[in-house]
Amino acid sequence: MSGPLADRLRAQFPEAVTGPEQKGVPEAVQVAVGALPEVCRFCRDDSELDLQALSCLSGVDYPDRIELVYHLISYRRKHELVLKVRLDRDRPQAPTVAEVWKAANWHERECFDLLGVTFAGHPDLRRLLLPDDWVGYPLRKDYAPPTEYHGMSHHRADPLRPVAPEVHAGGEVPRAR
Amino acid sequence: MPAELKDLAQLREMALPIAGETMVNMGPQHPSTHGVLNFLLVTDGEVMHRAIPHVGYLHRGMEKLAEEVPYHGYMPFTDRLDYLAAMSANQGYAMAVEKLLGCGVPPRAEWLRLIACELNRIASHLVATGTMAMDLGAFTPFIHWLREREVINDLTEALCGSRLTYHYLRIGGVGYDLPAGFADRTLRWLDHFEPMIDEFDRLISHNEIFVARLANVSPIGAAMAIDYGLVGPNLRASGVDWDLRRDLAYSVYPECQFEVPLGRGYRGVVGDCYDRFVVRVLEIRESCRLLRQAFERLPEGEIQAKVGRKLKLPAGEAYARVEAPRGEMGFYLVSDGGESPYRLKVRTGSFSAMSIIEALSHGLMIADLVALIGSLDVIAPEVDR
Amino acid sequence: MECILTSAEWFLNWGRASSIWYLLFGSACCGIELMQTGGPRTDLDRFGAVPRATPRQADLMIVAGTITYKMAERLRLLYEQMAEPRYVIAMGSCANCGGLFQRSYAVLKGVDKVIPVDLYIPGCAPRPEALADAIVKLQQRMRQEKWLRTVRAPQP
Repeated sequence: MSGPLADRLRAQFPEAVTGPEQKGVPEAVQVAVGALPEVCRFCRDDSELDLQALSCLSGVDYPDRIELVYHLISYRRKHELVLKVRLDRDRPQAPTVAEVWKAANWHERECFDLLGVTFAGHPDLRRLLLPDDWVGYPLRKDYAPPTEYHGMSHHRADPLRPVAPEVHAGGEVPRAR
Repeated sequence: MPAELKDLAQLREMALPIAGETMVNMGPQHPSTHGVLNFLLVTDGEVMHRAIPHVGYLHRGMEKLAEEVPYHGYMPFTDRLDYLAAMSANQGYAMAVEKLLGCGVPPRAEWLRLIACELNRIASHLVATGTMAMDLGAFTPFIHWLREREVINDLTEALCGSRLTYHYLRIGGVGYDLPAGFADRTLRWLDHFEPMIDEFDRLISHNEIFVARLANVSPIGAAMAIDYGLVGPNLRASGVDWDLRRDLAYSVYPECQFEVPLGRGYRGVVGDCYDRFVVRVLEIRESCRLLRQAFERLPEGEIQAKVGRKLKLPAGEAYARVEAPRGEMGFYLVSDGGESPYRLKVRTGSFSAMSIIEALSHGLMIADLVALIGSLDVIAPEVDR
Repeated sequence: MECILTSAEWFLNWGRASSIWYLLFGSACCGIELMQTGGPRTDLDRFGAVPRATPRQADLMIVAGTITYKMAERLRLLYEQMAEPRYVIAMGSCANCGGLFQRSYAVLKGVDKVIPVDLYIPGCAPRPEALADAIVKLQQRMRQEKWLRTVRAPQP
């Protein structure tokens, strides 16, 4: 079961585009990573697909791969399409689509920040949400948070274990700080 | 080398400073950045050459937390995704889960969801328009709106016990039914509130100084808005006629009558800051209309579908979009058959709105940057999640 | 002498307690409730508490909202920029102890890890009345503080 958008894309790129991907999500296709920018440009410029905007770029960490999922939408035609790209989990690299949709710029930065996917050709691939000296990619399934960051401990004392209150000797209220 | 200096060195390379340029830091604690947002302004004194945004000061790891918390248990977290539009965030998540679960929502619950979301939309737009005025120096309209917002807070407190982070919408419906007299109370408040919008207009919307600060400032054309992924009132102010409640309609919006205000260059060009302001004020009026319709047509019935306390969704994925006050909120949910989501990605309107600011900042004065940030209605938790 | 010092102290404390200027620092959801508390219904201005944009002019920092590790260093900077006597109110669960985000990798589990806190307000988000109550309690504490006499060392 697949929809007209997926069919049209498959017809245009018979080798690069396969699918359908998921039952219940008819307009979803699998795209080969090398052809991604070309496919995206076609999606945007083709008069039938007319997928003007990139709604969402997500990265998902599966046990055998990292998958990038592009949700595209057309405002004029009121339809949507999902593109999926499989990346090697050990060296996840993909070409950027920031020239096709400028929205992708920050989405790709976030993907890099949280999943470690590098986007070749991206104008400014830096961490976005986490501090610049953060180590690791939190959205990966094998991520272990650090025990501390810049001296701030990750740990919070157990609230159920009582702590002896501080007593000011002599009953004096401490001096204003 | 400390992280900030390393970043600065990198930025210097990119910014190619010329003699006479200063770098000024704006935020993350700042009265006019809406939440903890930071801009590095490369300026020659008053006119900016670039405004480099730094975000992530409120990055709480919401998406990772989703993988560790059961489906029902994640709902309170969605409140904090956009605390001014908590009902819409709740709805988006609920819709994604319900899509995957394949469960329907009873009609009464759908109408209650609409009531909750529209009431929340009014509250959110009150803050958006009020803080816009406040950032430009007009404190009084904001205080008026805070007074009205207190009544909305009272109403939601009567509805679900909470003033801000509601956890009202649940998977399969809503959490509580309307208390006795709620409809009358809300309708009476709407009778009082609609003239207040006129008063607000008289107070600030047509004030010449206010208009001069906003009109013709940072116009965003339709093509640029779509390219950068702007959504919601920002997109509509640029002239793109798109509203999820009408175009990819969900819930009971197809049964309602409402207009979708568009930017028309009310006092300047299409897509300038004033258009974004006016679109929000007009949307408040439309939400009042929707609320009245909802109370008239509210059916009797169940308020929540039977979904069980421990939810295990079938393996698969779903993408649900809702029209939140700040634009489309998309929830991409991937399930592997377990009790928690395998992956939840939240796509928010403010994320894209924040990314466009740098592109628009060249040649803008610092005061205009304040107007731009206010008009785009950027809010930190949506950007950072 | 004692009489004069006590009156002077009373006067100074009354002045300080009646004009607590707080730093406008709203980080997350509690920031909205802070804003509403400054609004017409629960008016913080009647306590003399007005928001200031810069820490240099603030006596009180109400940490309203979640503090992430990235923000925590800036928080420490802001605290250090405040002139003494300075106070900190941790408003809401996130500022108290990390709140809802106990399992988050990026959230500081309690603002008292980086700055000393005088008052904790529980709630998520606390009601404006709770914040007003906190200001009242802070005022009570301020009125009891001794400026002009040193704290007596504990007797052996």
